[in-house]
Amino acid sequence: MLVDVEARVIRNTRLSSDYNVIALAAPEIAANTAPGQFVMVKSGRGRDPLLRRPFSVFEVLRSDGRIEGLSLLSKRVGITTGMLFDSVEGDVVSCLGPLGRPFEPIDPPGEAWLVAGGVGLAPFATLGDALIDRGTKTTLFYGARGGSELFYLDWFEKRGIRLVLATEDGSIGDRGRITVPLERELQAASLSGLGSGIMIYACGPEPMLEAVAHVAARFKRPSQVSVERVMGCGMGGCYSCVIPVRVAHTAHHYVRSCIAGPVFRGEDVVWD
Amino acid sequence: MTDLSVQIGTLRLANPLIAASGCFGYGVEYAEAIDLSTLGGVAVKGLFLKEREGHPPERIVETPSGMLNAIGLQGIGVHRFIREKLPELRGLRATVIVNICGSTLDEYVELARILSDAEGVAALELNISCPNIKEGGITFGCSLNGTFDVVSAVKKVTQLPVIPKLTPNVTDVASFARASEEAGADAVSLVNTFLAMAIDTDTRRPKLSNIVGGLSGPAIRPIAVRMVYECRRAVKIPVIGMGGIASARDALEFIIAGATAVQVGTANFVDPFIWSKLLDGLADYMRRHKIARMSDLVGSIDTSSREKQWISS
Repeated sequence: MLVDVEARVIRNTRLSSDYNVIALAAPEIAANTAPGQFVMVKSGRGRDPLLRRPFSVFEVLRSDGRIEGLSLLSKRVGITTGMLFDSVEGDVVSCLGPLGRPFEPIDPPGEAWLVAGGVGLAPFATLGDALIDRGTKTTLFYGARGGSELFYLDWFEKRGIRLVLATEDGSIGDRGRITVPLERELQAASLSGLGSGIMIYACGPEPMLEAVAHVAARFKRPSQVSVERVMGCGMGGCYSCVIPVRVAHTAHHYVRSCIAGPVFRGEDVVWD
Repeated sequence: MTDLSVQIGTLRLANPLIAASGCFGYGVEYAEAIDLSTLGGVAVKGLFLKEREGHPPERIVETPSGMLNAIGLQGIGVHRFIREKLPELRGLRATVIVNICGSTLDEYVELARILSDAEGVAALELNISCPNIKEGGITFGCSLNGTFDVVSAVKKVTQLPVIPKLTPNVTDVASFARASEEAGADAVSLVNTFLAMAIDTDTRRPKLSNIVGGLSGPAIRPIAVRMVYECRRAVKIPVIGMGGIASARDALEFIIAGATAVQVGTANFVDPFIWSKLLDGLADYMRRHKIARMSDLVGSIDTSSREKQWISS
């Protein structure tokens, strides 16, 4: 059920000069969130910024076996993310959710390949957990500008998720975009005949999603991509966050990414 | 016991709060969050005869205490609306106000005919004020003759209350309220958004794909209140006020200025649960001020000279 929670900041962990993970006391939302769903966040009480901003739920936080809240992975780019970066324990952040169509986790013997770019790591902690709980073999392909912007590597490794890394400056992993190792491993998997069970999940900048969807299609693998469009309400009211999709071989058609997504099948999206 | 109900032509609304067209989808999107029957009315997203794709993104941009939109009236068309949405709205006992848009006068008339035969439509709001589409619509809303013609043509084919939605992008909005009244409108609603634009100074590109868009939100409220006040003095038919309402106090400002009912749009984006807060706020105000009926408050603005009171006391 959809709820609006005046969530207290439990803690705010700064990962770098731009990135932070903010833990919010919103157990009502956390308990009902499926991997890939999002919340609409309003930071501050004023009217500037006026609108909420969408954030993927990063972690569902547990303490003594009980759900205490959720966390958001944020990169400081605008007013709201700046306020989240600067917020301190005890501040209140208005949090509406859970919203959106989640990822569909694949079961064994299928294999999950998660592809994250930068802050696009956000939905993959909960998805990773869901996959590991199912016993699904999971790999995280994770790309960033540099090694100092790759976060939570231990978190994923501890859960038995294999890591494949790429950085644009080459400081860790492959030099270049994350599609470089993705393509190489898909090639290897398809040559050895092991590729047929792979489901690809992607979240990151839209050009990365487009590239991942194309690579997946080339190797005849299905993909699920989580898009981020400028969103006004998160509930289907405003029609601002539309993305063109192909519906049954017709010409493209705009659908609202807040309610028809944010997760789409990669082959359905018309990349513009 | 406070009576929050208000009368718009032949239509009785349980309370003066209406979800504004274009800000509430087709209503059904919000049914999980709120009980639509508790709203005075639900003005659904503007409908043409046919489906429309709307403008490419970017469709909105935030501005100080407001937002610009240029959605371009993406919509499912009247036939799919009647088939796919209206039965559900009926089931939810929503008071449905259908906002209709035409490229031609005939299209408005055809839409009015079709919707008059559909079960569960409470009123028609004529969108003659969308700033974001080139053809039709606002060309009627920016001409006194055009406004008169479209309202009288629609009135001829329907028994439903007809409410032209007026644009603020004219020199004298009150004259458009008068033209609507003369043509037989049952009420007027105002204001639609203010034509506006925003530019990214780094790229020198407009922030909206349509270049220009409509400004809504708290930023426009004082202008909207003034326009509602002017229209209230110009016509006898009810005025439905809107523009940046985000609290019960904001709604009361419009009502005191002369609005019989109010619409809430942008604030619903921020808080979909705003409706019960607004209702409680209105009821609380009436209790505190010992006002029995909402209709007693409409247009109750006191403009008597303060100086005179000082002298006489």
